[in-house]
Amino acid sequence: MILLRLFFEFAKTGLFAVGGGLATIPFLRDLGARTQWFTDADLTTMIAVSESTPGAMGVNMATYVGYTTAGIPGAVIATLGLVTPSIIVIIIIAGFLQKFRQSKTVEAVFYGLRPASTALIASAGLSVADAVLVTIGGVSEHTFTVHWPLILLAVAVFVCMRYTKLKKLHPIVFIGISALIGAVFQL
Amino acid sequence: MNIYFDLFFTFAKIGACTFGGGYAMLPILQREVVEKKRWATDEELTDYYAIGQCTPGIIAVNTATFIGYKYKGYLGGVLATLGVVFPSIVIITLIATFLTNFADIPVVRHALTGVNACVVALIASSVIKLGKSTVKDAVTVAIFLVVLGLAFVVGLSPAILIVCAGVVGYVTRRLLKLGKGAEGK
Repeated sequence: MILLRLFFEFAKTGLFAVGGGLATIPFLRDLGARTQWFTDADLTTMIAVSESTPGAMGVNMATYVGYTTAGIPGAVIATLGLVTPSIIVIIIIAGFLQKFRQSKTVEAVFYGLRPASTALIASAGLSVADAVLVTIGGVSEHTFTVHWPLILLAVAVFVCMRYTKLKKLHPIVFIGISALIGAVFQL
Repeated sequence: MNIYFDLFFTFAKIGACTFGGGYAMLPILQREVVEKKRWATDEELTDYYAIGQCTPGIIAVNTATFIGYKYKGYLGGVLATLGVVFPSIVIITLIATFLTNFADIPVVRHALTGVNACVVALIASSVIKLGKSTVKDAVTVAIFLVVLGLAFVVGLSPAILIVCAGVVGYVTRRLLKLGKGAEGK
């Protein structure tokens, strides 16, 4: 039964892929190779679409693979499979944290975790900046292109949402306007 | 509005506004969950991201489950998670049916480049907001800089960094009694 298998394959991915959506890709590549449900070329398309549509990328990937394999029920079942281990594991941890919230030890551990977590988010931001705002390599290994219009756009958004009255606007407004600017000026 | 519906729809909205991975979701979460609904604080969000990065599952889903559970128990955790994946199911199904070449359409590519530039700015702004409550004394500044260097330049795994930072927190706070507001100071 393909739906049952989809569920378990994605539950396995959800259980072993630790981190962001990109962490699921090796598991999906392996899944395609074992089951012949989709090829590496299909996977490349799925990654591209998942990156360019709303929704967390890892979830989009699961939905896409599920849909390709077994239509709409497949999309739903694969996604549910992906999130099931998270729900179980996180509820256990959250329960534990609630119980030990007052503990000095837990407080001390989080004192160290918080700046680290903030740094990892900053690092993820830098990776996106690195991938989008500058291009290293390309045709020859030595080219280094700085995309000034994109940097200008990023700086403009940053300034608007931190230092002007526009900061009251929902982030999606900035995303929408940036998409429009990208499309119009062919960034 | 019924609280459970509210959880589901708020997270569906968050899912629909996210372009990229779990990190791109952070600015939207801050706006919807911290500022508008007050279901969590900036500090709690940082905690959820820390835990979400070293536990099974993708960060976006782990964080949604965490917030939902904290707010409304088991059912809250499940509904927030279903909410955050709901837009993906709808949108991806539509695109997979009608537009398999979606990502190759020039206008989509250009728009996405603009979105990505915007996401960089949004994450930068979120980091500054979070940093105000998480990076506040010499020890936490040191942890922030070391982790940033090891993650971005060296490319060390987030899970390892989080575990080490937890140990450092324990040692400096409990054993050495360092940092702002530590006991014995």
